Amino acid sequence: MWWRSPSFILDNRQQQQPYDTARGDALSIPLSSPLPPSTTMADPNPNPNPNPLTDKISAYYQTRAAHHGVVSSDWLAQAQAAVGHLPEGDDDANTTDQGASSGKPFSVIDEFNNWRKQPDLAEAVAAIRALAAVIRNSQATTMMELEIELKKASDSLKSWDTTSISLTAGCDLFMRYVTRTSALEYEDFNSAKTRLIERAEKFGEISYKARKIIAMLSQDFIFDGCTILVHGFSRVVLEVLKTAAQSKKLFRVFCTEGRPDRTGLRLSNELAKLDVPVKLLIDSAVAYSMDEVDMVFVGADGVVESGGIINMMGTYQIALVAHSMNKPVYVAAESYKFARLYPLDQKDMGPALRPIEFGVPIPSKVEVETSARDYTPPQYLTLLFTDLGVLTPSVVSDELIQLYL
Amino acid sequence: MDARRGSLPVPRVRQVGFFTPNAPPAPTRSQSGPPNSSSPPLPESPASNSLSPVMIPPPRHHSDNLAAAPRPTSPLPVPEPSPFRRRGAHAGADNNAPLVGSYNPTETLLAMSPPATRSPSDSHAGDGESEVAMSGGWFRRSNSAKLASSLPSGTFDFSSVQSTAEALKPTKVQNRVGVSEASGRPAPKEQQPEAPSSSKQPKPKLTKAERRALQESQRAAKAATKASGGGKSVAASEEVTTVKSVKQHQTQKKDAPHVAVSVAASERKGGDKSQEKERRKDAPAPRMQFDDKSRVDKAKRRSVVDQTEARNRVELFRHLPQYEHGTQLADLESKFLQLDPMHPAIYKVGLQYLAGDISGGNARCIAMLQAFQQVIQDYSTPPEKTLQRDLTAKISSYVSFFTQCRPLSMSMGNAIRFLKNRIAKLPLSLSESESKSSICSDIDRFINEKIVLADRVIVQHASSKVKDGDVLLVYGSSCVVEMILLHSHELGKQFRVIVVDSRPKLEGKALLRRLVVKGVHCTYTHINAVSYVMHEVTKVFLGASSVLSNGTVYSRVGTACVAMVAHAFRVPVIICCEAYKFHERVQLDSICSNELGDPDAIGKVPGRMDVNYLDDVSNSVNLQLLNLMYDATPADYVSMIVTDYGMIPPTSVPVIVREYRRDHLLI
Repeated sequence: MWWRSPSFILDNRQQQQPYDTARGDALSIPLSSPLPPSTTMADPNPNPNPNPLTDKISAYYQTRAAHHGVVSSDWLAQAQAAVGHLPEGDDDANTTDQGASSGKPFSVIDEFNNWRKQPDLAEAVAAIRALAAVIRNSQATTMMELEIELKKASDSLKSWDTTSISLTAGCDLFMRYVTRTSALEYEDFNSAKTRLIERAEKFGEISYKARKIIAMLSQDFIFDGCTILVHGFSRVVLEVLKTAAQSKKLFRVFCTEGRPDRTGLRLSNELAKLDVPVKLLIDSAVAYSMDEVDMVFVGADGVVESGGIINMMGTYQIALVAHSMNKPVYVAAESYKFARLYPLDQKDMGPALRPIEFGVPIPSKVEVETSARDYTPPQYLTLLFTDLGVLTPSVVSDELIQLYL
Repeated sequence: MDARRGSLPVPRVRQVGFFTPNAPPAPTRSQSGPPNSSSPPLPESPASNSLSPVMIPPPRHHSDNLAAAPRPTSPLPVPEPSPFRRRGAHAGADNNAPLVGSYNPTETLLAMSPPATRSPSDSHAGDGESEVAMSGGWFRRSNSAKLASSLPSGTFDFSSVQSTAEALKPTKVQNRVGVSEASGRPAPKEQQPEAPSSSKQPKPKLTKAERRALQESQRAAKAATKASGGGKSVAASEEVTTVKSVKQHQTQKKDAPHVAVSVAASERKGGDKSQEKERRKDAPAPRMQFDDKSRVDKAKRRSVVDQTEARNRVELFRHLPQYEHGTQLADLESKFLQLDPMHPAIYKVGLQYLAGDISGGNARCIAMLQAFQQVIQDYSTPPEKTLQRDLTAKISSYVSFFTQCRPLSMSMGNAIRFLKNRIAKLPLSLSESESKSSICSDIDRFINEKIVLADRVIVQHASSKVKDGDVLLVYGSSCVVEMILLHSHELGKQFRVIVVDSRPKLEGKALLRRLVVKGVHCTYTHINAVSYVMHEVTKVFLGASSVLSNGTVYSRVGTACVAMVAHAFRVPVIICCEAYKFHERVQLDSICSNELGDPDAIGKVPGRMDVNYLDDVSNSVNLQLLNLMYDATPADYVSMIVTDYGMIPPTSVPVIVREYRRDHLLI
């Protein structure tokens, strides 16, 4: 909703003036104070291979696995530390950003990588912050120049990891804001530039807010005594379930294991902390337990133009099973995951591969399907919970048309 | 008009009475009722209210609208009888105001006159009325609901008033006859024999508002009675309809000698024409229903193209125009010199449509627009006229000529709408040459942006979906699909094409030839084999004549079949269609709006003497040949629509229509 019109942006700004300034301070102070970069974040997240072209490992899914994947006790401790000290993460990124800008030539990709190391930061937000850093470091003196520079940066970002839909969507969204919005007219270049940067800073907060909105919207659909099947780990879904638990709803959750990075384990862990009854299923037990399930809740890596979703492997088959048993399938996704893509079938997307551990050596003759994601067509989805409201799949395209055309 | 005359010898009253024996005086009455109430869109209502009043209130029956709305093909629609009719109504209302009370005045008047006077003139009156009713096409349809429903309640109503009415009636009627004759109204001759109907004329002095109010009240009363008497004798009335249509047919034949009269009438109508055109501009004209004989006859009399109607038409598709092919062309060519108002460019394009030389939505649309461009270049505003109005009227007349040659496609309708809108929006301050050049450049831009560039964008989008190793199935010949295939081939993609074709047009062969020449690997098959080849297909690319706002794709007949088979095989179906072909209409089947081709085309196989089994039976009454041109593919079978606005699901068509319709018109 926030990008629907520039006037909305202005209204929002007026409303949130106090909050914004406070936040701006929080962001600007660490910028000016160079802290020693904390390594707690970087350690459990080995840098994904920044060159996906040589071996087709999807950086996006690597990061996901690193963020939400296998749960170990020390990892949990670290994660908690990271979640508890978000500003610290900001410090870390910001300082490296500064270092990058002052020392070696600025690279948007490094910048982006710095941002996305934070587990709580959505990829689109990281992309937009990286682009904001481009603006900050830009030597351009005209809007046009800046636009061209940004375009280049976003193109290089997009081509760096073609598998990440929200990265592409985030770049597109920000580019659109820069090129199309009328909020920037009638201003001199410098104030326009600062406004763009402000905007990018605010984006993270918006993405956080979007989760809250989605959680609120979905509360009407969770009723007492229901059983919810979730697949994989999604921050939005977690937020939804957390809000439901906090509002004293009685429900239980079936978590799939989420092989190969076992993100389901992480989710069940989080839910157990909230005292929500959780049952873990292996991925192949979905159909077996579907009759007990009242609804399926999944997140999405990307929502495509047809209204279908691209999500971690296994979503499609869950949706198929649920559809055949007439169970509703709900998708929770922020609107910045809407992408102008239109896959016709499963293979109609760029491959996003990911190494899979089987625990035993696999003979070289055996081929392994390493794709990390699948496409769920819109006819198997019931509703999408987004920060734009509760949408049927067909509305996604309408929103996209209004946004991009 | 002439319909009435022709009917005089036919004892119409008795016939109708036959169907509603329970309501003795009703026949005439019920007959006259509906047309009266549904004829408020008066030809003489000022041009300012370009939307006819009937369009505004919710129609009680769809046929009302049919009657009211202007038609492209019949330049002399219903309103013809209405002047008398309405005046009659007012006369009735005025004279009988106290006794009629709540009910439709004319109805009562007419209903009562037979028992009251039984004079020959009166029976004629009834006759005339009923005939008029028939001549309006809507009547036959509205019959089924309205006649039936208005009958019973009307009778009761009537009986309550009758005593007083009978006392008053005879003198009144005679009175009025006298007046009308005395007043010597400059009415056309054909009116004279029908004294009673014209006798109701002498009170035209109501103001517009009064008339409007009266009509409203009548309408309300009607609706009430309809509701109360609802659907008792629907079945019976249906019989009425069919029998009547037969009768009507006879009377139409009798009409033939009266053409001269009709010409007179049309001359008299001249003044109304421009107003009608105004209206036509605003309200999208409903298609002419060709099962309604009188209207078709009227249209035919006006039409330039002399079309012979095919004899055995399929029952379900009678409302569509169907003509014997091949006869008109020579005839039209011979008429060339007589048609002074027709611009040669228009004439040429019309003939090309007729002969089938130009086919395909884009080609037809471009040809039409370019013809209009030439017209506009050669155009000079006649004295005492404004360019905006006169040119619009001219274009409307050309459009109706095109429609006679071949029914317009929806894309052409959109283009015409665009053009008229541009003309109407021209600032008055522009000089003639400036306006002309501005319109011409608008047309150029429309062709360029909405067709040529749009195609290019579609090709870009769609060829991104063609992957190496694909097997693409195409049906028929769509120019944009062909461009996609060729472009993908130029990009070096390795794919195979299956061209599916169907009789009788075999358009796929031309496409096949062009593809093969370019070096594309092709397979050619007929639609009969589509289920066999479908399992190896990975994508289906189809063109469309139009995409309707419920996502229904209106396209060459056979497309729906291909799409359904593809859907059953879970093969994605990609429709490629420019956004200017999108239409806000909703259509659920391919019956209500379609085009009929030459029936002989499917009955005969040229060059195959051994299969010409139908040669000797082609004129048999038992044989009906149906050659449909289009069909409607439901949105469920469509995976994606590629337009100039990108790739969208069929559910998003209304968004495009809503968001960009204004753009279409304004560019």
